[in-house]
Amino acid sequence: MTPASLYALVGVGLIVLGLYALSVHAHLLRKLLAFNVTGSGVFLVLVGLARRTPAAAADPVPQAMVLTGIVVAVAATALAVVLMLRVQATCGRAALNDDLGTLEPLQPPPTPPAGGPAASAGSAEGAPPALTGTTAHAP
Amino acid sequence: MIPNLASPGWAVALIFIPLLGAMLAFLLPRIGVTLGLLAAVLTAGSVLPLLPMLAAHGATNIRIGGWGAPLGIELSIDGLTMAMLAMTALVGIAVSAYATCYLRPVPSRPDGQPDLQQRHFWPLWLVLWAALNALFLSSDIFNLYVTLELLGLAAVALTALSGGADALNGAMRYLLVSLLGSLGYLLGVALLYHAYGTLDLGLLALRVGDETVTRAALGAMTAGLLVKTALFPLHFWLPPAHASASAPVSALLSALVVKASFYLLLRLWLTLFGDLDSGLATLLGVLGAIAILWGSIQALRQARLKLLIAYSTVAQIGYLFLAFPLAATGGAVVWGAAVYLVLSHALAKAAMFLTAGSLLRFGAHDRIADLDRVVHRLPITIGAFTLAGVSIMGLPPSGGFIGKWLLLQAAFSQGRWGLALVMLAGGLLAAAYVFKVIGYAFTPAVVPHQAGLVPPTMEWTALALGAGAILLGFAWPLLWPLLEIGMPFGALAPDPGAAVGPWLGGPRILAP
Repeated sequence: MTPASLYALVGVGLIVLGLYALSVHAHLLRKLLAFNVTGSGVFLVLVGLARRTPAAAADPVPQAMVLTGIVVAVAATALAVVLMLRVQATCGRAALNDDLGTLEPLQPPPTPPAGGPAASAGSAEGAPPALTGTTAHAP
Repeated sequence: MIPNLASPGWAVALIFIPLLGAMLAFLLPRIGVTLGLLAAVLTAGSVLPLLPMLAAHGATNIRIGGWGAPLGIELSIDGLTMAMLAMTALVGIAVSAYATCYLRPVPSRPDGQPDLQQRHFWPLWLVLWAALNALFLSSDIFNLYVTLELLGLAAVALTALSGGADALNGAMRYLLVSLLGSLGYLLGVALLYHAYGTLDLGLLALRVGDETVTRAALGAMTAGLLVKTALFPLHFWLPPAHASASAPVSALLSALVVKASFYLLLRLWLTLFGDLDSGLATLLGVLGAIAILWGSIQALRQARLKLLIAYSTVAQIGYLFLAFPLAATGGAVVWGAAVYLVLSHALAKAAMFLTAGSLLRFGAHDRIADLDRVVHRLPITIGAFTLAGVSIMGLPPSGGFIGKWLLLQAAFSQGRWGLALVMLAGGLLAAAYVFKVIGYAFTPAVVPHQAGLVPPTMEWTALALGAGAILLGFAWPLLWPLLEIGMPFGALAPDPGAAVGPWLGGPRILAP
């Protein structure tokens, strides 16, 4: 076994490890770390396979690709951390809610009016609540 | 250097203008909306000069900075690319116009600044547009990885923009899934480069052979892209993300973003992996069939309009994957049908989500059972939904009809009755969930409505997109020769006109 293929195999191991952790852990930070481990595994495969034949020198192109990949991974991790903090601030815990597809209603169904009709004609307040919700950035 | 008319420089402009617009809109938030709209118009306009260029010269490779492959990174444009660019431009311009009204500062800020959602929408949307255009134009598999990531990050940020707990959860799940999909694709890139020593799609197509490493790359890349395209059973992230985003964003995600990863899969399949007899095509077809049934039934069960539309997307994505097993013997026409479904679904689904946004603005909710005779107040919006629904159901004379008809015909002629039955059942189920919405739009609800004002722009943009999906049905004789420029689907079909039937007439061949 050449060192190159050893690197590549270790990379595959890291990918599997990362995928496993990504699926078993609920906490978003652990999921994020697992994603980074998987990413490192892919990068290691890229670098490990850079030496295309045992005799030739390592090809610089995969190393340039890994550099680009690292930049992308850093950007993605930054976005994920910000998003994770917002999830924690909004939902109280840094984990995904599991009830897929059963989104909370935008507002509770109105009760039938007891007296006169409660319907008010159109105004700017008729906008969906989504618009007035908190945004991802503090003002 | 100002590109003259019919110059390939416009392809560069398609990536450069939205990026520049995004930066300016971010730096100058006070005039961000104006800048964003200007960039949107210019970007959409830059697609037009490419059309005569493509008709005159055929498929073209563009060498950025004069460096050709394998050293440089090339852009390439053929009929398939052109169709996707035009689709993005049409949907993009309509959603841009819609967003100026939908994201109006509510309530108006005293300092005259646009509200935060409006302020951040334009830079992110323009980055998304640049990423889409770059993805459609790139012919370098690593460049494609970068565009894929850029697309994913912009899409996730847009999803989170509406800020509620649902949107944040949906965006977070979408981000993890999207990143995982990209890593799968990148692994495939690593394997392909190791085996064949090039990243250029054209060169790879010449060198690629039926080896273990190619099959491994096929598996990794397909898995990654399927996650991003949300094919059953990997669709779990799509409904929460698409339903919780704000309406213009939902339209962009459903109409364009999932199509981008499908396009990439299609492109890889057509250039690199098509000749491998791996049984994967059959698997994709089966998953597509399950997606049609599962997505449609789920859509029928939803109480909220945006979730219904999102599950409808899951179902309609299933149709696209039926082309993989059918194209093995059906050839170029089947691929053309799939692309036609991509185009018509993009227009129709964007129209539907924009309609949902208008109804949300009108009634401050999107419960289907509470639509309360909304047709009296918003006839144009309900009209737009109906037109889009006609295309989603696959009724003539819509674009969806042409695509589904061609797929159905291929399934019949190949004796694949199972797939044909699923397609017909999917059409019926689609009719059921579309009419469910339309029915409630005519029915008085128990509770009277809190009616909000819906600006006419929001109504008419949705109607324009819905009408576009219908008009696409008449455009096959014009569009098929365009799609065939550069022969992205391999050998020319024996007689594509005969496949559509006499009522549409044969294809018109553009200037050779």
